[in-house]
Amino acid sequence: MSHPHIDVSYVAKLARLDLTPAEVVTFQSQLEAILEHVESLSSVELPNDLGLDNHDHLGLMRDDTPLPSLDPELVLRNAPDQAQSQIRVPKVVADA
Amino acid sequence: MTLTQLRQQFLSGETTPTQALENLAAAIAERDERTKAYISYDLEAALKAAADADLSKPLGGLPIAIKDNINTFAEPCTCGSKFLAKNYISPYDATVIRKLKEAGAIPFGRMNMDEFAMGSATENSAIQLTRNPRDPERIAGGSSGGSAAAVADLTAYAALGSDTGGSIRQPASHCGIVGLKPTYGRVSRYGVVAFASSLDQIGPLTQSVDDAALLLQTIAGYDPRDSTSVNIPVPDYLATLKDGVKGLRVGIPAEYFADGIHPGVRENVEKCIQHLESQGVEIIKISLPYTSHVVATYYVIAPAEASSNLSRFDGIRYGNRATGASDIIDVYHQSREQGFGPEVKRRIILGTYVLSSGYYDAYYTRAQKVRKLIARDFNQAFEKVDVILSPVTPSPARRIGTCSENPLEDYLADVFTIAANLAGIPAISVPCGTTAFDGAAELPVGIQVMAPSFGEATMLRVAKAIESRKY
Repeated sequence: MSHPHIDVSYVAKLARLDLTPAEVVTFQSQLEAILEHVESLSSVELPNDLGLDNHDHLGLMRDDTPLPSLDPELVLRNAPDQAQSQIRVPKVVADA
Repeated sequence: MTLTQLRQQFLSGETTPTQALENLAAAIAERDERTKAYISYDLEAALKAAADADLSKPLGGLPIAIKDNINTFAEPCTCGSKFLAKNYISPYDATVIRKLKEAGAIPFGRMNMDEFAMGSATENSAIQLTRNPRDPERIAGGSSGGSAAAVADLTAYAALGSDTGGSIRQPASHCGIVGLKPTYGRVSRYGVVAFASSLDQIGPLTQSVDDAALLLQTIAGYDPRDSTSVNIPVPDYLATLKDGVKGLRVGIPAEYFADGIHPGVRENVEKCIQHLESQGVEIIKISLPYTSHVVATYYVIAPAEASSNLSRFDGIRYGNRATGASDIIDVYHQSREQGFGPEVKRRIILGTYVLSSGYYDAYYTRAQKVRKLIARDFNQAFEKVDVILSPVTPSPARRIGTCSENPLEDYLADVFTIAANLAGIPAISVPCGTTAFDGAAELPVGIQVMAPSFGEATMLRVAKAIESRKY
């Protein structure tokens, strides 16, 4: 973590997010300042006996039995485009 | 009027739920144009519920304002974002809403917030700017700024908010009301739109500590729909409030009283500590040595989780879908570009970066380990003390529009509230005085009480003792 450089355009692409050129410029310096601050974590001495889970008693799964779910009609009403009880989306598979 | 007082008036016949709602509507019409705490409300539906209110229930007929990221059946849920502002209606009730309704309460009003709860001023709302009712030139705080401002402005009797790094406590402090973040797992998160799932908690914003206890009593408890909710019995918070504080050990962490705190904040908090001492608590100086790393840790973990959680906003199932996109990938890119504001984009990019190949261990894994050390700090402190006191914020509410161009400077102001979320412990903000600040004669100051996990009962007792101080 010695060189806080971030390729904002590339990371935005990973995040499926278009940015304007002005946003790229603004975010570049802002994010590098944040990462520079975050670099202070590299100086923290970490004991060997640390696990990762902060909530060891949590994360239990419920029984794998069917329960009532949301009303499909109500859920579909929120879809930007729908037909025949399905969400309609632009073409996913490219032409051959 | 507090919730508790309003309930007494219902039971004595002095007023009715319908009258209370009509009074609220009149107050909103008179004052919300200035404060802009409400994004929307459905008075007709609420009046219908009020006409059928069952006063025998614990919250019978009491209207509760709801932060606009908590799903309430058949109501909008904008999250303060353009992405959901026009075309999303909740198809279900969040568990906290179901519990409120089962207790007889009437969810009334959708409260303004920073977009997807990312911010500390409600300046990041894409809908409107909420002003602090104590001084309309000041921020209300955030992200639950609408909830806090309405309760302070008496356009709501009480409200629910969500707290990921201080988003209940900080606006409560800035607006001069009570705000409680429960222990992680104490209240179900089912139905709150996720920001950072290991940090988010829903909690009450109220005019009194009694009201906070009353609402927490209602919304707390195990929920099989939230795998992080914990199956531990909910104590009778209202009953234990009467137990007082004599003999309790109160920790004062040196790191939370260092340089950089406004003198008016320090003075009020110190007077509060003296007041508690006069009530018979034992004051013990403690240290939380990892405090200097909480902001850095938070601003790795929270954006990482946000970048993952907000990937669901892709323009497919709900919310904004860009028109004219060439293919489905283009729909994702353009819908998100149009729908998200700058702070959300910034955090998504930061989160994506710290989770990306080659950086994951250096940033995310390390931050998780430091988080464990921060939690250990608190665990060790709570071997010596029952609660910990601190300021809620280094300064009172700043002027609107004075945020820095460097977001890091604003993030650093969250230093006192973030640690409770990282450690998963409960914390409450209680008004403890006012101070002159930056041209304003009297701005509210809050004091924070933190307790061990599931120690809300003791925390509320201390809050009640603080509330009893006259200032």
